[in-house]
Amino acid sequence: MRIHADIGKCQGYGNCVAIDAKHFDLDDDGMVVVIDDAVAPDELDTTEEAVRSCPVSAIWTQAAGGPADE
Amino acid sequence: MSERVVLVGSSVAGVRTAQDLRSGGFDGEIVMLGAERELPYDKPPLSKQVLVGTMSEDDIGLLGAGGWDGLGVDGRLGQRATALDVDERLVAVEGGDDVEYDALVIATGVRPRTLPGGLGDHQSVFTVRELRDGRELSRALAHGGPLMVVGAGFIGAEVASSARSLGVEVTMAEALAAPFDRVLGTEVGRHLTELHRSHGVDVLTEASVAAIEPTRDGAVVRFADGRSREAATVVVGIGTIPNTEWLVSSGIPLEDGVLVDEGCAVQAAEGVYAVGDVARRWDPATDVYRRVEHWTSAVEQAHAVAQQIIHPLAPAEAAKAPYFWSDQFGTKIQMVGRPGDADRVDLHTFEVKGVDRTVALYSSAGAFAAGVTFGWPRGIAACRAAWASRPPVADVERTLHTLSSGMAPVA
Repeated sequence: MRIHADIGKCQGYGNCVAIDAKHFDLDDDGMVVVIDDAVAPDELDTTEEAVRSCPVSAIWTQAAGGPADE
Repeated sequence: MSERVVLVGSSVAGVRTAQDLRSGGFDGEIVMLGAERELPYDKPPLSKQVLVGTMSEDDIGLLGAGGWDGLGVDGRLGQRATALDVDERLVAVEGGDDVEYDALVIATGVRPRTLPGGLGDHQSVFTVRELRDGRELSRALAHGGPLMVVGAGFIGAEVASSARSLGVEVTMAEALAAPFDRVLGTEVGRHLTELHRSHGVDVLTEASVAAIEPTRDGAVVRFADGRSREAATVVVGIGTIPNTEWLVSSGIPLEDGVLVDEGCAVQAAEGVYAVGDVARRWDPATDVYRRVEHWTSAVEQAHAVAQQIIHPLAPAEAAKAPYFWSDQFGTKIQMVGRPGDADRVDLHTFEVKGVDRTVALYSSAGAFAAGVTFGWPRGIAACRAAWASRPPVADVERTLHTLSSGMAPVA
């Protein structure tokens, strides 16, 4: 699975970082930074929890090689 | 596994429980009772984006594109739960059929406290909790001010900020000497008060409302010490009351909310859980029951309960660091931990990319208890990562220094 982020939606709430710091960080302006967009199968539960925790749905996962982004 | 889960409450805690049940593989029946007639919506934007018009009612919907069917939920709106019988496993419903459950999730939330003695029973006086409140207040503010905000809490502060951005004249009246003192403490409350004053909010302190008298254009608000102000619109934000009256006859333990164990289960009644603002959850680390009105806590609790319904024998997910945010005057105010536990607070300024960021670090006997950041999301992320182990507060300060000077990881 791959992680996608919509910077335009991000509000810097940081729930993703609190749950999955391996894949997510924030920059100095508080915008989400995807450190590594590849999610291994054993990491998926944590990454999905981070995705669900976003109050503004700015991040999501999608199968690698799947349909184009939103 | 339970065959029918009944969710009482159609806000974020209830909807997230339903979503997490489905994504966790629950294939039984899910019934959701909502007292309001509105489709489920997210509440944080009501005092912010919905008021200033940057988000529409469609934007704050919680169900997703597939609606009820996509979620596999029997949504029953305009149906209010009026009683619970834990022996018969039955919820009595006003405006619809009573419903039996195998698992019950109480997510009835809170309602705004109102001024005593019917002082606020007037058409120009609003509270902000439901979508219709946001809708009506938005309409009122479009006609201009002045706006009087009664109570210096976060809802009132966000309404004040939204109204100022619309060009409305705003007065905020706080009964106590120090605004925001209850949540943030005096020093940080003062900092936030200055933010409001610098954006043109007239902040009155030690101002207890004695009367609100209707006028042709709104109301005159009179305070106990003789001060008074005219206002076209009055918004009252003086706290909340958990919606538990319908549970009184059920015998489940109630005390400023529904008392639940660390997994959000009601110990006295099999298959009954409570999540979100109405739940007062036991914290094993401190042996204290706490009711937390944070969006993030509601989402975490919903997930924990869904997991328990699906996997009844698995250990419950532990509570995470209390965390919340507020947006005021373009500044993101974020908090982690419990300032009320602290015996000391220090305000720090960190320069990040040429901009000063204010951070309040709270400590209890030298250990980090809470952090509040103004306009520095990355700083609060570092505080959140630190909170679980309650390190010396000096360590957290050092981490923030490192963070402000470069690209160190937050966790």
